[in-house]
Amino acid sequence: MNDIGLFHFLFLSCALFFIGIYGFLTRRNLITMLMSVELILNSININFVAFNKFLFPDKLDGLFFTLFIITIAAAEAAVAIAIIINLYRNYNTIDVEEVNSMKY
Amino acid sequence: MNASTIIFYILAATIISGALLAVTSRKIFRSAVFLLFSLIGIAGLYFFIDYEFIAAVQIIVYVGGIIVLIIFSVFLTHGSGEDMKRPTIGRAAFAALAAIFGGVLTMFLISQHTFFPSGKTGIEPSPENIGSQMLSTTEHGYILPFEVVSMLLLAAMIGCIVIAIKIKVPPHKILPETDEDGIEIFDQKQTTLENKQIQL
Repeated sequence: MNDIGLFHFLFLSCALFFIGIYGFLTRRNLITMLMSVELILNSININFVAFNKFLFPDKLDGLFFTLFIITIAAAEAAVAIAIIINLYRNYNTIDVEEVNSMKY
Repeated sequence: MNASTIIFYILAATIISGALLAVTSRKIFRSAVFLLFSLIGIAGLYFFIDYEFIAAVQIIVYVGGIIVLIIFSVFLTHGSGEDMKRPTIGRAAFAALAAIFGGVLTMFLISQHTFFPSGKTGIEPSPENIGSQMLSTTEHGYILPFEVVSMLLLAAMIGCIVIAIKIKVPPHKILPETDEDGIEIFDQKQTTLENKQIQL
């Protein structure tokens, strides 16, 4: 690990973040939009871990932030999928363009 | 170009190609599987920089939990083998332009920036150190966020049950209503429909 530095990790997470952004903007299906959000959260996690490893190896705060982000992402995915399934029951579709009322 | 560099680039290629295929594939199940490969690559990246605990948590929570949840919801909401609609050219072009512009700008800003490492000796990211520091009540402890996140998990669990529960109609609403003598009151609409059919 001599020549793999912080910048490699930052570039990787940057690319991953904007791939997630691209997916979030193009997809019109709720489950795939959720997948894009997971990609974005993962790129943030890589950032935290890389900063902790290469800049502040004497602390563990980046690790704790990563752990909390993973926990919150799990809770968010569970709630989002509950909403998606409820939406599918009422509208018979999960396309965001066809679900255009909040009546039910 | 030593072995660790090659391993890093293999992991990076796995992550990036998995993510690209996950956001562009038109079959939703394949998309979920490509996302799975990307997440496994990220876990490998955590192993690569010797953070085994985070890598284990990544595999357990993401690969074992979230991907399985996503695949189940795909099964519940999609017919098998249906292609998703292709995004319109304008939207895809605009999104690609925004992503590429943002990515190039951010990478440029990162490459211009100089980071200053603290230069202190490292602390071993072992489960012992992580656990004792996370649950300590001293200045650098994380016991309060830990408790708050446990409350969040409880709230999310109850919220999921409340949102996704199927409310059953109580049985007395399904049975035909009866008046005081126990004679069934016919549904008005149904009776008129039957009358019409008789007339026809």
